[in-house]
Amino acid sequence: MGVDFFPLWNSLRIAGISTIAIFFLGIFAAYYISRVPRAVKGLLDVMLTIPLVLPPTVVGYLLLRVLGPKRVIGSWFMETFGLRLTMTWWSAVFATSAVIFPLMYRTARGAFESFDETLDAAGKTLGLSNTYIFWRVRMPCCRQGILAGTVLSFARALGEYGATSMIAGYTPGRTATVSTTVYQLWRTNQDDQAFQWVMINLAISAVVLLVMNLLEEKQRKGGWACAAAGRY
Amino acid sequence: MPLQVDIEKTLGDFHLKVAFRAETGVLALLGASGCGKSMTLKCIAGVEKPDRGRIVLDDRVLFDSDRGICLPPQKRQIGFLFQQYALFPNMSVRQNIICGVRERKGKREAADAMIQRMHLEGLEDKKPGQLSGGQQQRTALARILVSQPGALLLDEPFSAMDSHLRFQLEREVRHTIRLFQKPVILVSHSRDEVYRLANVIAVMGSGCIETIGGKHEVFADPATRTGAVLTGCKNVSPVRRTGGQTFMAADWGIPLTLPGAPPDTAYVGIRMHDIRPAREGETLNVFRCRVEEEIENPFSFTVMLRPENTAAPLPLGWEMEKPAWERLRAEWVTVCLPQEGLLKLKGESTC
Repeated sequence: MGVDFFPLWNSLRIAGISTIAIFFLGIFAAYYISRVPRAVKGLLDVMLTIPLVLPPTVVGYLLLRVLGPKRVIGSWFMETFGLRLTMTWWSAVFATSAVIFPLMYRTARGAFESFDETLDAAGKTLGLSNTYIFWRVRMPCCRQGILAGTVLSFARALGEYGATSMIAGYTPGRTATVSTTVYQLWRTNQDDQAFQWVMINLAISAVVLLVMNLLEEKQRKGGWACAAAGRY
Repeated sequence: MPLQVDIEKTLGDFHLKVAFRAETGVLALLGASGCGKSMTLKCIAGVEKPDRGRIVLDDRVLFDSDRGICLPPQKRQIGFLFQQYALFPNMSVRQNIICGVRERKGKREAADAMIQRMHLEGLEDKKPGQLSGGQQQRTALARILVSQPGALLLDEPFSAMDSHLRFQLEREVRHTIRLFQKPVILVSHSRDEVYRLANVIAVMGSGCIETIGGKHEVFADPATRTGAVLTGCKNVSPVRRTGGQTFMAADWGIPLTLPGAPPDTAYVGIRMHDIRPAREGETLNVFRCRVEEEIENPFSFTVMLRPENTAAPLPLGWEMEKPAWERLRAEWVTVCLPQEGLLKLKGESTC
């Protein structure tokens, strides 16, 4: 029996694109929010983390409220570019991005919080630019935490169902992802095929967890640590 | 080539207000933890921003609140040796030192020359985590010196060290800063370190400089209670004036005669080794005391003295060499607090 691998490919590209986007967005949000005054920080923190605890269907609903063809942003895109933001394969990128952003943001923030800020100060007094210090000192020092956050975000994006099904729907060969396919196959009584996709899903999840564990192991043995205490 | 600093900064309840001028040589900020000495360094380096004031290095204005000038730390060219050295843990010794080279060309050559000068050959490819404390400090100094700073700030440079390493590192640092020939500001709470390394000492109370002067003058006359304590005077008592030249030292319960004491004298101090046995017929500031406790140090004795007929809260500490005490040892001794050893001190200054 020939299996159509489109859902796997579609899931991978959606998860890949959203992970890359959120990698940068999450890191920069974490970096800048650690610098704003306390009161503002608490408020922003709640706003940015809320998609983590909301049911994905609520996220999907809220996204439809702004991106739908008759809504603020959706209609503007429609009029300006003739572009429909929902029910295409890349619509799912909005859904997965919204859901994984808090994961990336929070792990990056955790990693930055344990960074020894005197390294930053030392770099500045030596004449190093802020960009250099960020990419060549802060990021390498925090890379274990950030890598772990990235892997976790990618895995979560791969498995996203609720928001994705609402904003991209299920069109075989166009918007179908692994998770929406499993549901669709089960719903239409194609149990054997559903089971195949379940196995594929399990395999991917196992690989992701393995990578996470390897990263943690490496961190424990640690070539270096950049703890706030400043001891090497 | 002076560094002029005159800054103010408020942090919650804490108010920092310092002004001084550092010439070539070492100026030490001596203060207890939390007195604002590290914050002063951070303001000079540009890592923190003062609320008001002016910082000028040579003829370059680094900060001037009136004219709205605040150079970023990158442009100040001020070397800052952090307490834990702040080496980049992900980079080798050589890469760390290359980070300090400001010229765009010849970075590696400049770094290698500095590696030789600081005796780091053979360690170029090691990570900071693989170095001893002394090697880390030399790497940090190399990284700073290669950036050609106009002034050098040392923040408690030996506090992370074991005491046996400390002395050797201090010698290395002394050697390095002697060749530096620009202003150096050392922050420390160790009077021995400060005395050996610095030319000028500024005693910091809470957020301000109480006394500033040559190290010999400051140790001879610390002027304030904080100064006396920080320069290692263990016997300090509040005094109450009872006559023209006579005072009552409350903690020890003894009357003292202090000719020439300034009107605002609020405390009196005497270093433990400045107390001496009274001479025959001597009467001024002479007291019969009971030996309350005898503490043996490696090379000396500290004897705690309780003056006769008082119910005062604290004894006086008297330190002398072992043979001297072995000759004198008794249950009661008569001692003199000599005029040249009595420090007349002002109270906590409010600045």
